[in-house]
Amino acid sequence: MQNPYLPYPVRIDEIITETEDKSLKTFKFVFLNPEDEEKFAYESGQFGELSIPGLGEIPIGIASSPMEKGFIKFTVFKTGKVTSYLHAMKEGDIMGVRGPLGHPFPWKTLEGKNIVIIGGGFAFTTLRSSIISILDPANRPKFKDIHVIYGARSPGMLLYKDELAAWADRDDINMNITVDGTDDPDWKFLTGFVPTITEQKAPPGNDDTYAIVCGPPIMIKFTQPVLDNLGYSHDNIIMSLENRMKCGIGICGRCNIGKDLVCKDGPVFTLSQLNEMPKEY
Amino acid sequence: MTLIKIDQQSWTAGIEKVKSDYRVFGPVKEKNDHEFKLLDQDEMPDLNYQNTRLSPKSIIYPQSQVMFTYSLDENDEDCRIMKEVENVKSPMAIIGVRPCDALAFPIVRRNFDTPEYQDTYWVKAYEASTFIGLACSSACGTCFCTSAGTGPFGEEGLDVLIIADGDDLYAKSITGKGNAFIQAAGWTTEADASVDSKIDEMKTAAEASISASVTTDKLKDKTTLELYDAPFWEEEAFSCINCGTCTYVCPTCWCFDVQDETHGKSGIRMRNWDSCMSPLFTYHASGHNPRDAKYQRVRQRFMHKLKYYVDKYDKGIQCVGCGRCIRLCPVNIDIRKICNKMNSYDAANCVCETPSS
Repeated sequence: MQNPYLPYPVRIDEIITETEDKSLKTFKFVFLNPEDEEKFAYESGQFGELSIPGLGEIPIGIASSPMEKGFIKFTVFKTGKVTSYLHAMKEGDIMGVRGPLGHPFPWKTLEGKNIVIIGGGFAFTTLRSSIISILDPANRPKFKDIHVIYGARSPGMLLYKDELAAWADRDDINMNITVDGTDDPDWKFLTGFVPTITEQKAPPGNDDTYAIVCGPPIMIKFTQPVLDNLGYSHDNIIMSLENRMKCGIGICGRCNIGKDLVCKDGPVFTLSQLNEMPKEY
Repeated sequence: MTLIKIDQQSWTAGIEKVKSDYRVFGPVKEKNDHEFKLLDQDEMPDLNYQNTRLSPKSIIYPQSQVMFTYSLDENDEDCRIMKEVENVKSPMAIIGVRPCDALAFPIVRRNFDTPEYQDTYWVKAYEASTFIGLACSSACGTCFCTSAGTGPFGEEGLDVLIIADGDDLYAKSITGKGNAFIQAAGWTTEADASVDSKIDEMKTAAEASISASVTTDKLKDKTTLELYDAPFWEEEAFSCINCGTCTYVCPTCWCFDVQDETHGKSGIRMRNWDSCMSPLFTYHASGHNPRDAKYQRVRQRFMHKLKYYVDKYDKGIQCVGCGRCIRLCPVNIDIRKICNKMNSYDAANCVCETPSS
């Protein structure tokens, strides 16, 4: 019997400070036992529990893509006890990771479809994983048009800036990078809130077009009516939720929304599903 | 399976005998109540109780349980690597489990032993255990087991059911584990065939002594949101002080918290029973709390037991009718009343104002 609470030991291989306010850092982990990497076979949209002995565990979306081998990456916002400690850790330090946990985005359903990826703030991590997966030459032919709308407060608050710039130069992905506002004269992308940019740039909704939406509640609240107006059915709007978690495997009981546990039955739900569920998130 | 008759002498001898094969747990009177504890070699279970203060839940699922150990000493090769604690369970026999408390184990098992994940701590303890039940001859005023999936002679979750008749005991084996236990105890005297009808009479009388009930037949037909948005939650929760007694004494409450505890340069990762009555249970690091208000937490407890569980497993309610939460609630919140209210709630014909959710 496998103990599902036992973390895989990992070494912090690299720490990248992502944002100008230093509140977001990306941690690249390497498994101490190479066979654990195979056990951690994941898909974009899943999450892991980062485990720091003495502090506890935190559920964080996986920011790396399964197409990237030899490491896993998590981008972590400094906010509570465990994340604050993690932000002070150094390359080479040992800690633990459990997972992969939860359901990924529905990649089988998305095959042959147009995908609009809408992200705001630091909820862009599993979306980064998704974009890397989609753009891999082995996968890109499986999907039709790919649109990305990603916004942050300011240019300095965008995650993965180098990758965003590289994707913007490609012709097989339609990038719409936006900031709420900036006085940077060299800013070459868009200005405006995510819902507004979505209204202007997202393709109209139809059976063959799916939106994946991850962002702060305020962004989601104002983006949903825009997608409704564009004709997106609620079955075609895919979202990823967060709730307080401990076990991550559907047993400890705290992350439930109705009968569903965000950790095990989610974190990915369609808007149709969420419409039938209590708003306890 | 034939009924085995056990007189007082062979009961004592049998319990002594099984202690060489099992760690034997049984009820012992402590102050005013009976509590389950590991029996010493010369200690006998005391079967003279209506029910124990707490169910035997904690024998399988301790209130605090060490899961892992770790070292923070940089000189240690395994510094910051979680180590599993030894989790080998020798056979245990739990004697004197009332049928309501016995039914709680298969209910809780659906949470801990799933196709995807097995909670190794719970599953190993459960698999190592033999459950020896004790039929109830009369009910307390708060019992409602007969409408909660079992009854005073209920067998689900048990390996052996013992029926006390004056000084004599009758044992009915229900499973292979039960056969093995009876064999280990050396109980071999078959009861007279005439006992069967006597036991049937006792069973009927015991069932008749239960005066309270819940109605659960319509819980499944209603949508989650109908019940969730029902207008009675704030009123029902008004007197609640969120003390958590109901979750603590409930044989089917299974939620837990995980905490690390460091002493010097080493520590343990442990789990502790948790309660949905606590605001911290769902409190996000951001400060947001999806169940910030008291009535939301009270609603969660009843919705979980009487709607979410019902829908998820289609195996009845997540309540065995033991009545402990009713007896021990300091403000007299009664799950029977709330269950019946939920069951009879008709959202379409409700003219009451719905509270903000």
